[in-house]
Amino acid sequence: MNGPQDLGGRMGFGPVLPEDNEPLFHAEWEARALGVVLACGALGQWTLDENRHARESLHPAIYYASSYYEIWIRALEVLLLRHGLISAEELESGAAAPAAPHPRRLAATAVPAALARGGPTDRDIDTPPRYAPGDRVRARQMHPKTHTRLPRYLTGHSGVIEADRGGYVLPDTNAHGLGEHPQRLYTVVFDGREVWGEGAEPGLTISADLWEGYLENA
Amino acid sequence: MPHDHPDHDNHLDPMDARVRALETILTRKGLVDPAAVDEIIETYAHKVGPQNGARVVARAWTDPDFAAWLREDATAAIASMGYTGRQGEHMEAVFNTPEQHNVVVCTLCSCYPWTVLGLPPVWYKSPAYRSRVVIEPRAVLAEFGLHLPESTGVRVWDSTAELRYLVVPMRPEGTEGLSPEALADLVTRESMIGTGQPQVPA
Repeated sequence: MNGPQDLGGRMGFGPVLPEDNEPLFHAEWEARALGVVLACGALGQWTLDENRHARESLHPAIYYASSYYEIWIRALEVLLLRHGLISAEELESGAAAPAAPHPRRLAATAVPAALARGGPTDRDIDTPPRYAPGDRVRARQMHPKTHTRLPRYLTGHSGVIEADRGGYVLPDTNAHGLGEHPQRLYTVVFDGREVWGEGAEPGLTISADLWEGYLENA
Repeated sequence: MPHDHPDHDNHLDPMDARVRALETILTRKGLVDPAAVDEIIETYAHKVGPQNGARVVARAWTDPDFAAWLREDATAAIASMGYTGRQGEHMEAVFNTPEQHNVVVCTLCSCYPWTVLGLPPVWYKSPAYRSRVVIEPRAVLAEFGLHLPESTGVRVWDSTAELRYLVVPMRPEGTEGLSPEALADLVTRESMIGTGQPQVPA
């Protein structure tokens, strides 16, 4: 979706402001937010793709005015409500009746193994690759209202296949509970002048990892 | 952006109350164990951070076979050092050369190689960095104090899928004979994202 998250090439956000000796968290609630979001993810009720889509579906005014962990928490509330894990009344009142642990509740002792395992998204696919390294391709002109990982600044531009990464879960369907539908993923390299025109910085190339369905012959 | 540097000492921060209330509900409903939340925080505070990536880079500088493995199969090479898992399931290492400097971004969210770099800094997640580094990387790098020769091309890697990128900076001159441990101390987080260079030995 052409949402607030799709930032490549947008202007007006000012300078990048690195912070010397930046602390890991800027407030205690940020640390709790990280832990709560990961622990809820372990319940297995949604995918990371659905989670990303919940974040980018926040109203642009809220998205841009919120810190990273605030975006995480706002999206988590949406997901918890959507999947019926909590009710709007509970969220509103802050009160809930005690319940037995969920069968998939993440135990403290299970955290190291869960984090060390992660969630690989590569998948075997048996269809032959449509493209090979060196092929010229174009990022399709597509603007779905649903989740996609094709950034707007690349749509319609042509580049060169650099690597075939094999099959990966397709976020476009997976984010909406429509299945993994793995497709081949390619690293595609775009020349800066192709993407940004005559004013592009000299010597700039940009690459993105794009699924086969995002591409067409150029 | 008022939220780039929020008022960290504001005890009336509404997010504090909001997250506290949410965790309380989730705990009462048996969905979250606060001890697991503690353990997750502990992991990223003390176990998983840029010190991991620095060890990978220092080893690549000193062990040509490892460097070749890292180039060929970064996921396996990095896993051999014990760094695996969440947001590092599929790794690629990209090596800086005099001809090409590499910079990593996620324009669509904040994808970042957690297993080797830990949690991303605020600037990496900021709209300013995500919007600008793909269109004017040299200007952004200059704000970090990194001025590249004109003859060096800039390659920006937009992490649009589940591949996570670790930049392997060039080994600084004057570091011959340093141990991998001493070399790792020179490898900054920014140098592994591409917005900085390793430190030079004092």
